Amino acid sequence: MTQLLIFNMVNGLIIGAFYAMMALGLSLILNLSGVINFAHGGFLAIGGYIAYTLIPFLGFWGALVAAPILTAFIGILIERVLIRRLYGRDPLYSLLLTFGLAFMIEDGTRFIWGAQSLPYQIPDWLAAPLSNELFFLTGYRVFMMVLVTAVVLALFLILGRTRLGLRIRAGTLDLETVSVLGVNVRVLRNLNFGLGIYLAGLAGVLAVGMLGLQPNIGDSLIMPSFISIIVGGLGSLPGTLLGGLLIGVASGVTTVFFPSASEAVIYVIMAVVLIVRPRGLLGEEGRF
Amino acid sequence: MLKLDKRSADALVWLALLTAPYWLPLIGGYTELGSRILILALAATALNFLLGFTGVLSFGHAAYFGLGAYGAAMTIKYLYPSTPLAILVGVVTGTVAAAVIGPMIARLRGVYFAMCTIAFGQVFYFIAFQWNTVTGGDDGLTAWHRMPIDLGFTSIDILNDNKAFYYLVFTMFAVAAGVMAWLLRSPFGRTLLAIRENERRARFLGIPVDRHIWMSWVISCCFASLAGSLYALLNDFVDPRALRWDQSGTFVIMTVLGGMRSFWGPLIGAAIFIELQDFLSSHTENWESFIGLFFVLVVLFFPRGVLGLIKRKSTS
Repeated sequence: MTQLLIFNMVNGLIIGAFYAMMALGLSLILNLSGVINFAHGGFLAIGGYIAYTLIPFLGFWGALVAAPILTAFIGILIERVLIRRLYGRDPLYSLLLTFGLAFMIEDGTRFIWGAQSLPYQIPDWLAAPLSNELFFLTGYRVFMMVLVTAVVLALFLILGRTRLGLRIRAGTLDLETVSVLGVNVRVLRNLNFGLGIYLAGLAGVLAVGMLGLQPNIGDSLIMPSFISIIVGGLGSLPGTLLGGLLIGVASGVTTVFFPSASEAVIYVIMAVVLIVRPRGLLGEEGRF
Repeated sequence: MLKLDKRSADALVWLALLTAPYWLPLIGGYTELGSRILILALAATALNFLLGFTGVLSFGHAAYFGLGAYGAAMTIKYLYPSTPLAILVGVVTGTVAAAVIGPMIARLRGVYFAMCTIAFGQVFYFIAFQWNTVTGGDDGLTAWHRMPIDLGFTSIDILNDNKAFYYLVFTMFAVAAGVMAWLLRSPFGRTLLAIRENERRARFLGIPVDRHIWMSWVISCCFASLAGSLYALLNDFVDPRALRWDQSGTFVIMTVLGGMRSFWGPLIGAAIFIELQDFLSSHTENWESFIGLFFVLVVLFFPRGVLGLIKRKSTS
């Protein structure tokens, strides 16, 4: 029983880390540009498929580094060509646009790589369990946790310590003033979008090692990411991180006692948060 | 450009809808297609009540559409085989769900509102998907069909007579559209427009904004669930895809495509969209890509929709 509980908590923590990584990217874009990126799950899939394609040439580690960067470039390109035109308009339009993009990406990946699930090779020593007692704790899972932690730390360091991060944070609060102070807001939003998509791409590369590779791999992750943002509080990145981990662990623990409700508990948490604290756990008052 | 005043345009629309089963075959359509367009147009018109006339962005209307559909289907399958009862249960199910969820989201605005409607919408998708024994899970609810309507002195065979079913849908559409148009013309509807135009000013005038948004939301979801129950009856089948977020997106694109600020916009949008979907899915396997591309093109080049464009041309 205890082992089952630990297993599911660890599992929930890993899933939660994925939710959080997706949600942080979504949150970055939402905070600065007011765009809900429906295609985020699609970018996750693109990250996975690019990594799959690159592995024969670069190996596992090369693909791990290169695929998210390439995904981010695709994101930057799409922002330049399409999404940029919709800033300042009713959020309805950017929602519909990214919605259409999500369709195109899912169908496009199916067209290029096929609908069937593709095998994704991770190094043998990573796939092996660490010990007999904790059989579920494969090296890959530990590695994922370490990497996600490092990336999230790096993200918060970038936001907290660099000039780019300063501008992103300032722009979240008052974009107009940032623009008046001489910052090129177009470039800022572009880079910020790329940063968000980088996180989606990285989540994709890591996820395929665990979930396998299918065109709709992002589907099961996008809704919980939305809920992470709602639970954590709009406009707060630490909140988003907390929200992701919270619902991940909650759904993991629920799996032990009531497996069929593991998905539902996420929505229950969201409803409770919206009733008790509509701005979210760490959200600022009066932002929405 | 032909000049039409509002009244004769309305009359023309009603005449076209009333005679649709007779002229549709002449242009290569069929009666069932007409029913489908009218049902989805009803859902889009209901959405537009909230989106275009209250200015609140819901991206989760498929949930209430789907609840209506499941409510109707399950009534006939498990409860009692009667079409009117099925429609009634479908509408009540969807409306009650909307009324309960409403207070949680009515105080949210803009993208936050949209996100929460999407997320809440998925709850029902998961229930329908997971609760295999009752809802049939991923395969949907089959092995039932709509029932002829028994009026006592006569019975209307909507099961075998497509035209009769079309006129049932038409009647429902007419009643719903009439009620919504009447509401919009009433002081309540004018208040909604005021909220859309300037929420802060409306609040300063003493209007309880949140309560009005909640009411508009419930009305909108009520008619969406009516459309859903008719949709289940049309197909004699319902599956979780009727509840999914892509269905919500479809309603929004129909509304935008036709013209958000016009009452008839969603009807025109639904007709164009369904025709296009029919055409694409019969011509290419990758029709989803083209639908996605269509979304993008509409947003970039056609954001005012068909009627918005016509209106602007005739005023300039």
